[in-house]
Amino acid sequence: MTYAPETLTALRADADQVVARYPSPRSALLPLLHLCQSVDGYISPDAIAFCADRLELTAAEVSAVATFYSQFKRQPNGQYTLGVCITSLCGLLGGDAIFAKLSEYLAVGNDQTTADGMFTLERVECNAACDYAPVLMINWEFFDNQTPASAVGLVEDLRAGKSVRPTRGPDKLGTFKEISRVLAGFEDGHANEGPAAGAPSLAGLELAAREGWSAPGPIGDGSDSSHPQEAGDPK
Amino acid sequence: MSTLAPLLTSRWGDPQSWTLAAYREAGGYQALAKAFEMEPAAVLNAVKDSGLRGRGGAGFPTGVKWSFLPPPDGGPRYLVVNADESEPGTCKDIPLMMADPHSLIEGVIITSYAIGCHHAFIYLRGEVVHVYRRLLHAVSEARAAGLLGDGVMGTDFKLELTVHAGAGAYICGEETALLDSLEGRRGQPRLKPPFPAVAGLYARPTVVNNVESIASVPWIVANGADWWKSMGTEKSTGVAIYSLSGHVKRPGQYEAPLGITMRRLLELAGGIRDGHELKFWMPGGSSTPMFTAEQLDVPLDYDSVAAAGSMLGTRALQCFDDTVCVVRAVSRWMDFYAHESCGKCTPCREGTFWLRAVLRRIEAGQGKMDDLQILEDIPGSIVGRAFCPLGDGAPSSLTSSLKFFRDEYVQHIDQGRCPYDHTASYLFEAVAA
Repeated sequence: MTYAPETLTALRADADQVVARYPSPRSALLPLLHLCQSVDGYISPDAIAFCADRLELTAAEVSAVATFYSQFKRQPNGQYTLGVCITSLCGLLGGDAIFAKLSEYLAVGNDQTTADGMFTLERVECNAACDYAPVLMINWEFFDNQTPASAVGLVEDLRAGKSVRPTRGPDKLGTFKEISRVLAGFEDGHANEGPAAGAPSLAGLELAAREGWSAPGPIGDGSDSSHPQEAGDPK
Repeated sequence: MSTLAPLLTSRWGDPQSWTLAAYREAGGYQALAKAFEMEPAAVLNAVKDSGLRGRGGAGFPTGVKWSFLPPPDGGPRYLVVNADESEPGTCKDIPLMMADPHSLIEGVIITSYAIGCHHAFIYLRGEVVHVYRRLLHAVSEARAAGLLGDGVMGTDFKLELTVHAGAGAYICGEETALLDSLEGRRGQPRLKPPFPAVAGLYARPTVVNNVESIASVPWIVANGADWWKSMGTEKSTGVAIYSLSGHVKRPGQYEAPLGITMRRLLELAGGIRDGHELKFWMPGGSSTPMFTAEQLDVPLDYDSVAAAGSMLGTRALQCFDDTVCVVRAVSRWMDFYAHESCGKCTPCREGTFWLRAVLRRIEAGQGKMDDLQILEDIPGSIVGRAFCPLGDGAPSSLTSSLKFFRDEYVQHIDQGRCPYDHTASYLFEAVAA
């Protein structure tokens, strides 16, 4: 390992906290790999050696795990991962155009990093925000309802050193290394920032409020407890 | 009779709804107090009697799953919440955990009490940092308030809760792959039996449940099994979150008693965008066979959707209008399955690889008529022969699309090109117009 002594000391102290969360040390491997990415910006040979040493695994065992998961990077990652959802729904609703535009604008292809080390462009699979399509994940924070122009605007702002705010996330977007530390399970103090939900998440709730619809009250309290769906079962 | 019945989604609009203070203000953790007045077996029986079926896709009765745990032997037993929400189209657990993480934690504590678990886990997909922040923060708050740790709420019940972030792998939504991943391994499914109830996490008895299932538990404990059964259908009880996405005017989360129809949900969502018609929709995610306008009146409960030839799955209702090329949509889903196949079993690994290649060829206008036969044959070598449900679900959209839209495949081959304008399905042009 080529970590500086102070880096190694800090890593070891953090790793102890991670390992303590689990009944079995090996369960700490994924968070430890996230932790190493928060230091190195990718899964470096040092990261493999550190995890293997801490968990008493072989380097081969750690590599086998690290290469299985798409969030673990084999090359130094950009400060910002631009993850354009291209699965059927987001992709067809505009994700394809967003990816093409960013690829052209940054002159990089899928899973490539710009020469200045700022951006890594990625085609990502469904990120569980289909009601906000098309979705762009920057460093795994939600940027909802994007267009090619809005995506380029975000990139321009980041390049200019301006603060960028996710749609549903913290006030300020963190770097790849910063969010990797959160993914290792370390709170960063930004949980109370951002909204509880975006408009689509509240669509049904707000409609129900307007229409006066609600679930029945507890049985026996006199409010509506009729069977709401008599005809539902075909048998 | 109310069309929508927000319960799990009811607090999402509250200010700072994710905080312990807001959750308590809205009545949170009262179900837990009630549960502690009951025997653990009585809590388990209430959930069993409610008929709650798993909300993660398979629809297996939750209480029955709990009852499969062998009798206590003095060793640990675990609850693992599957928060790996990754099935394309599925987008209900992520907003739930972002807006209302304490409802999940309350469900975790009640469930742990019912099954005799003292260390529970929430396995969250790693690609949602802010959701992880909210969960970590909620667990910290709960621990500081004496809701976790030694002596929960002043009782002698002890519970640790670890929130674990994955690192990007759809297969980890499969419960045994999830357990392997949580043990620090590649997320590949295990042979069953033994089922997790017998040999799960660290080979100990384990319950794995979906987020929405566990978040439903406090409601059932608070109001009773009969109340829960008063909603929904006889065999699909209670309410559930329906997620509408795609070419609808107001996509989003609509919580309703099970058995509501897609026709009704589409009305609530404002219908398909102006000037277009519904072409096809996926009832339960991309692993479930597609439906067309013909199935709009099928009650969206587990059994009715199955009887109509698909699966309720995760109620991930993805809607595609007449601008969408079905070959393109299916081809993209096959990209997903080929990318996400874990590689453990040959039928899935090779089958999705070849289906992807043939679909891409047809979509690019380079297909041959023989390719249609290949598309019909390969699924037979995957479904029922794959190691886990990923393979079984992978060809669903393809096979159903060939049933409804075979002509469209033929058109691609005959014309040597895709007959659709790919930009017509984009949303931003509709917004600009």
